[in-house]
Amino acid sequence: MDTPLAVRARGISKYFDEVVALDDVAVDVAAGQIHGLAGPNGAGKTTLLGLLLGLAVADEGSLEILGTPLGRTLAAPGGVAGFVDGPGLYPSLTAWQNLAALARLHGRDPRTAGVDDVLDQVGLTDVAGDRVRGFSLGMRQRLGLAAALLTEPRLLVLDEPANGLDPAGKKLVHTVLHRLAESGTTVVLSSHRMDDLEALCAEVTILATGRVVFSGPLTKLAAESSELEYRLRTSDPAAAHQVATATAKIGLVDDAAPRPGPEVLVVRGHPPALDELLARLVRAGISVREFAPVVSPLEAAFLTLTEQQESGR
Amino acid sequence: MTATIARPVPAARAYRFELVKLLAQWRIRLLVLACWIAPAVFVAAVSSQSSLPVDTLFGRWMNATGWAAPLVMLGFAGTYALPLLTSLVAGDVFAAEDRLGTWRHLLVAVRSPRRIFAAKALAGLTGILVLVAGMAVSSIAGGVLAVGSRPLAGLDGHLLTPADAAAKVLLAWLCVLAPTLAFAAIGLLGSVTLGRSPMGLLLPVIVALVMALAQMLPLPVAVRLALPTYAFIAWNGLFTSPAQLGPLLISVGSGLLWMVAATALAYLIFVRRDFTNSGHDGLARRALTAGALPLAGLLAVTIGVIATATPAMGSGIEKDKLERSVATAFGHLYRLQTAQLNRPDVTEAQLAATAACTKGDSLVAAVGPGNDWRCVVSWHLPGIDATGTAIYQLDVTPDGRYVADGDGPKEVNGYFQVHTLTGDVPNPLWQFDGNVELLATTTKG
Repeated sequence: MDTPLAVRARGISKYFDEVVALDDVAVDVAAGQIHGLAGPNGAGKTTLLGLLLGLAVADEGSLEILGTPLGRTLAAPGGVAGFVDGPGLYPSLTAWQNLAALARLHGRDPRTAGVDDVLDQVGLTDVAGDRVRGFSLGMRQRLGLAAALLTEPRLLVLDEPANGLDPAGKKLVHTVLHRLAESGTTVVLSSHRMDDLEALCAEVTILATGRVVFSGPLTKLAAESSELEYRLRTSDPAAAHQVATATAKIGLVDDAAPRPGPEVLVVRGHPPALDELLARLVRAGISVREFAPVVSPLEAAFLTLTEQQESGR
Repeated sequence: MTATIARPVPAARAYRFELVKLLAQWRIRLLVLACWIAPAVFVAAVSSQSSLPVDTLFGRWMNATGWAAPLVMLGFAGTYALPLLTSLVAGDVFAAEDRLGTWRHLLVAVRSPRRIFAAKALAGLTGILVLVAGMAVSSIAGGVLAVGSRPLAGLDGHLLTPADAAAKVLLAWLCVLAPTLAFAAIGLLGSVTLGRSPMGLLLPVIVALVMALAQMLPLPVAVRLALPTYAFIAWNGLFTSPAQLGPLLISVGSGLLWMVAATALAYLIFVRRDFTNSGHDGLARRALTAGALPLAGLLAVTIGVIATATPAMGSGIEKDKLERSVATAFGHLYRLQTAQLNRPDVTEAQLAATAACTKGDSLVAAVGPGNDWRCVVSWHLPGIDATGTAIYQLDVTPDGRYVADGDGPKEVNGYFQVHTLTGDVPNPLWQFDGNVELLATTTKG
């Protein structure tokens, strides 16, 4: 790979007494990339993020962050920032005071350290003087992101940064993360929201029961997916039903299942068969008003991979 | 793109960060305000009343001199306020991060558990010192402003000049810092081991209450001195002549040992904690065992050393020591009464006061605490052949303190007031506080 790696993990295992939190994990994250981490609860995402932040040490394996190999003692290279299990904020301090205290901790004057700038980036300028005690979860997430930005990180590690965000807040956070990646900062984030990962990440790693079940580009993940279900809304549902039935390798999902309306069909098939179905509908003069996946390709792949892993144990 | 390992934040900055967080809490701000204002208000109010807290040491002197007030406050603080303050400050300094879920953030920001521990311990210490200093300064200011800087009668009745009284009051407050810091360290230990559990916050108060109850039991002197709480009592020895320094030094040393041991245990438990393991709360019980057992071991060793170094396995309250103490106090206070009544001065040597004490009407051995002590004091006046006698009923508590209650004759110690040229004033011989030195190390003054 030509692009330098911000994170290189090989054979990482981490145990908590008899619980195997991570089992022989290997991950590469290219510099300047937004890399997603997905997996069901208890899959080991937070543990892996904790290792990246230097909060814990792997029991086995090697971990290299920003080109620096980490040993068996608690450490992290300079330039790593972020949070796991929610941002760490002090409710008795205002948003500005939280960031100012952090700036002073790093030996910087809050007035010149960019406190106002990062508050502006995450859209919290108006509430800078308010105590964090009264903040919503979404506001806390944005303030946590601001705290991480304050240190001008080269690797930003975020655990569920979209939790509690409203659509406007989510858009703001996405903009900030894209801008960071464009400027060369590597971002590793975990999320349960597949739409967030699809919107943000070039590559994802999927963990299940402490093991990596997939790591690579989103396009590759979608291509590896099994049959997908698509919602089909047309100008003539009865004719569309006939066309779908006549198309090879296209299945119709149980008619008894609940539907948004009688004019909607749910069809199942691989991408080539679905392409053929669309072509036939057009040739038959049937207008296609909606053709969308019931579950996103990433989510479908996620469910397939994690279910396979869990059933295999 | 190789990066170097992040260097930990300097300890001074981490300390400042902890102070900012501590002082941002309303609870701490209110405590600081209360400690710097409430004692002065309380002392000024009580000192101006005719009904004084005579059941508290030095309480009966509160409207005679302003230097009694900080000692009354010190007696109260040692029992209740100081353990409670250490609970609220030191007991919460680590647990607050568990409650807020900010440990990981703090570790990422500071990059050193050791420096976090040092910063938190120092910030807690600073907070406690500010509160204790507030109580001392406020009660001194309240007493001196309300009553004035006048001589103070010590526990053996001798008069301390205002300058001496001031120095000893300050020294007494300094001495109780040792057990206070021991409780602060126990608070740190509880906070580290028990996390967000309320038990962590309450640990110093619970330990202080248990030790205060133990001090009320007829324990051997070695056990009593080995408990860090004895310094809350032993400062009384500064107010006798000569000062009873043996028990005071031992109890201060014991308090400092507890402080070092509890802080070291808290440190060891803290730096071994895995902050990515959500099962930490489950480990708390084991950590508590690891914290509590060594302290119990320290107590046992301290008791052994004191018992070996001093003949201190009895109650320490014996007939001859009590007789010396009562006679000495009577001699000093008689001079005070003589001055009040405008009679010719007489020295303690001329009075040659002696006391003969019995316990339980001589039906029981004359040792140990109890309210069944009875002492007959005898003295001589120059130029008069007859020997004066006065009777006292004594209530002696296991820690060596006693209240001597005058039982006549009325002209000497049987009435609570004496008639003077300027009006009726409290009779110093009617009731007085004293103490028996539990260790027989200080010679009679």
